[in-house]
Amino acid sequence: MDTTLTGDSALAAPAPSPASASRARWRKRARQLAPYAFVAPFFVLFAVFGLFPLLFSVWLSLHQWEAASGLAAMHWVGLENYEYAITDPWFSKSLLTTLWFAVVSGVPQHVVALPLAFLIHTTLKRSRNFVVGAYFVPYVTSSVAIALIFTTLFSKDFGVINAILPGAPIDWLGDAHWARPAIAFVVFWRYLGWNVVLYLSALQVISNDLYEAATLDGASRWQQFRHIALPLLKPMMFFAITLTLIGNLQLFEEPFILIPPDSGAATSVMTTAMFMYRMAFSDGDFGTASAVSWLLFFIIAALTYANARLFGKEGGGDVAR
Amino acid sequence: MSRADTLTPSRVATLALVGAGVILLAAPFWFTFVFATQARADIFASPPPVWFGRHLLTNVQLLLERLPFWRNLGMSLYVATMATALNLLLCALAGYAFAVHEFAGKKILFALVLGSMMLPSFLNMIPTFMVMDLLGWIDEPRALYVPGAAGALGIFLMRQYIGTAIPRDLIDAARMDGCGELRTFWSVVLPLCGPALGTLGLITFINAWNNFVGPLVVMRSVEHYTVPLALRSMQSPNNTEWGALMAGSAIAMLPLLVAFVFCARRLVAGLTAGAVKH
Repeated sequence: MDTTLTGDSALAAPAPSPASASRARWRKRARQLAPYAFVAPFFVLFAVFGLFPLLFSVWLSLHQWEAASGLAAMHWVGLENYEYAITDPWFSKSLLTTLWFAVVSGVPQHVVALPLAFLIHTTLKRSRNFVVGAYFVPYVTSSVAIALIFTTLFSKDFGVINAILPGAPIDWLGDAHWARPAIAFVVFWRYLGWNVVLYLSALQVISNDLYEAATLDGASRWQQFRHIALPLLKPMMFFAITLTLIGNLQLFEEPFILIPPDSGAATSVMTTAMFMYRMAFSDGDFGTASAVSWLLFFIIAALTYANARLFGKEGGGDVAR
Repeated sequence: MSRADTLTPSRVATLALVGAGVILLAAPFWFTFVFATQARADIFASPPPVWFGRHLLTNVQLLLERLPFWRNLGMSLYVATMATALNLLLCALAGYAFAVHEFAGKKILFALVLGSMMLPSFLNMIPTFMVMDLLGWIDEPRALYVPGAAGALGIFLMRQYIGTAIPRDLIDAARMDGCGELRTFWSVVLPLCGPALGTLGLITFINAWNNFVGPLVVMRSVEHYTVPLALRSMQSPNNTEWGALMAGSAIAMLPLLVAFVFCARRLVAGLTAGAVKH
């Protein structure tokens, strides 16, 4: 176990004078304690800003508390907040909206990214870095900047998207019917490149010999994709889909910034994370909001687990977090 | 692959497809910069403008009338710089300890670091706000950079790098020469961590620069808003100065785009490092 320790005692062995012996001892002690000091900042910060808030939120979810009345005004209500949230029709509506977004913006991300990554991998050489960079830019751009530009592009009167599409102008962000697909598109647009990059990094590990052998056997590009790349990409698919699932189920920023709260479409795009935010910061009901956050957490955990089961054992093992 | 060099019909079709994707992804950025130079009336003209106009300066002036924009930009810069500096130092230290030292509980502690990455951020939104309230950090910039000052992803990245790229002999030699632990870290390990520090610095800076939910929850006064929050506050239901807003957006995007052009490969490699097996 402790290899440095044995190394140290070997070093400290020829130590005749008491002064140098005590210095060696001090150094040994310092070396033993140093790693704890080095990792301490993370654990101190995690304790204060990660673990404590987490436990506090469990406690909070079991209390009724109005933010305005100070900490003393908290009183125990047991599971009532959970009951209240579950029976609130807006909560179940927000869950359905969240699931809708997860599927409608999530599935196309992978259905497009997989073959696209394969095409880029097999076709492009010199322009490859440029293309990968271009696909990746939305991922490193502020969600507000993205929401702002899409607000103008989706604008009903003379927005670029309505100008391109034939037919009567659509009120994308104001009409409850159209706001969802518009938001789903923005989410798809933002995360497509991230998934392409993930799949590309996995494709690079697949040996070219496999494709060459398949080409010699007369396999078409499609067959190579279907029978060589796809099976070998399975671990990465599991990882990427898990990330999409977790990310989409906590969707907040895109609908929150794109659709103003007073818009006619606001309720149709309210995700559970937005519902939680409004409950806390607009209604001041921090207890129920905490209960909602834990309900959402368990739903995400359950769906992630179901996804892992769906992919089977071979899915998770090969990829680190 | 040799077939990549000849222009077969299938290759042309592929290039067209990939190119269409690039255009689809780049178009919104193009329009941000174009609209930043157009008057509000022209942005919503029919057909919409696709080339630069001459209203950039008026838009910036308008932006400065509506927002303390330079202060917002300064705040963004300050928060992102502090977050980056702290992360580089603290993640390198922790990564060094996890990569090089042997100590009791190391495995469990490292598992805790990794496990902390899996907690969804929304779960902490409300209690974090309350912790900040208790600490009196509401509306304080430090509420934005202190909590994530030693990020788990950064510790993971630094551990991977120090573990593989820095020869153990070098560290042992420094110790033999009588270097203390901090001295070894500072003068031997850190100077060799350049590439990993570059990647980590970029990731941290970009995330801090783009952070929206953090400032939304803790920042109160417009002077203390970071750029994303400030830009959003300028949006109003019926009288939004879109040209000015796009100018602000463009200014906020530009530094990252420039950094990205120069460091795309390193950044992509760093961000996917957690995903690809080492």
